[in-house]
Amino acid sequence: MSLINYASREINCKIVYYGPGLGGKTTNLEYVYEKVAPSSKGKLISLATETERTLFFDFLPVDLGTIRGFRTRFHLYTVPGQVYYNASRKLILKGVDGVVFVADSQIDRMEANLEAMQNLYDNMAQHGYDLTHLPFVIQYNKRDLPNAAAIGDLDAALNPGWPVEDPERQKVTPDPYRPGAYLVSEQNGVWVERVPTFEGVAVRGDGVFDTLKAVSKLVLKTLG
Amino acid sequence: MTAPRAASWAFHEEDSQRIRGVLVDFLRDASGRTALLVDRAGQMLITVGETPTFDPTAFASLTAADFSANDQLARLLGEPEFGALFHQGEKESLYLADIARRVILVVLFDNRTTLGLVKLRMRSAVSELTTIFTAMFARDAGTTTQVDAGFVDAAEDELDKLFGA
Repeated sequence: MSLINYASREINCKIVYYGPGLGGKTTNLEYVYEKVAPSSKGKLISLATETERTLFFDFLPVDLGTIRGFRTRFHLYTVPGQVYYNASRKLILKGVDGVVFVADSQIDRMEANLEAMQNLYDNMAQHGYDLTHLPFVIQYNKRDLPNAAAIGDLDAALNPGWPVEDPERQKVTPDPYRPGAYLVSEQNGVWVERVPTFEGVAVRGDGVFDTLKAVSKLVLKTLG
Repeated sequence: MTAPRAASWAFHEEDSQRIRGVLVDFLRDASGRTALLVDRAGQMLITVGETPTFDPTAFASLTAADFSANDQLARLLGEPEFGALFHQGEKESLYLADIARRVILVVLFDNRTTLGLVKLRMRSAVSELTTIFTAMFARDAGTTTQVDAGFVDAAEDELDKLFGA
């Protein structure tokens, strides 16, 4: 979890981009790397195969500068999406502070999305983390493609939510990022919480910073 | 969505001073160049000795990945862990050792010393550091580390500036 280093006056937080193969995780990081000012970013490291598929991870540190005396940095990681690299994916989740799930909106990738989401829950649980209690957002990527599924269908499959047990939190909470949508709402007498979702076209940068900003702010709230 | 608090951990100035003392002695005895401590999540904790010329952030993330991958290799072989790793270069070499399962000690050394001497001196340094870190983790278990009031607001402002409001 986030490390507060009082000796070097640094705060480092780890955000992991997860999702199916070829869903756009690396593209998200490459866009961030391209657009963030040189003074605010470190080296983009990609441990990739010869065909540029992520083999182990991509890594990009993003520097917020010194805030109240602490140099504050987000460490962004992607994992390999291909099923057979599960050992690598699990390793990268160690010490994670926030997760972005990059879903592929194409209808014929729904099965791959579901498999990756289940795998994320399983791997988090093996580390002893509960994904429903960690900063977590979903990006529906590739919204520009003609065979993109409807957002409602993606929500139903990938973001059905989980029951809200705490009575104090059982109140309608609008989604600040999607007008007309709710993060906490009542359905058939059960209070359900969902995670924030974003529409993206990562190759041209649409939704990339909105997604990153949302998960980063959720991570910051865990520190205060 | 309210963001539940993640279990952070803190590395304090007094911890740093004790650990720095162990590392300074170790480097002197082993004739090593630089000693670094990296946490298993890939974050740099402390550097002692000659200032590295490489990017410490990238180095830390790769070190953690390297060590974790080798951990899994050990398990495939039926070993509980590989407690230490060695990377030999033409001029520079690295020796890495586990500390209390949460931290990695890395020593950089060149031909002014030998692997044998580094390994020998590392054993007692690892033992001392394991005692210190085990006590630190026991002390901080269950406590929640928080930053000063106002930090989150200020950090959110910086995020808006960096990523667009």
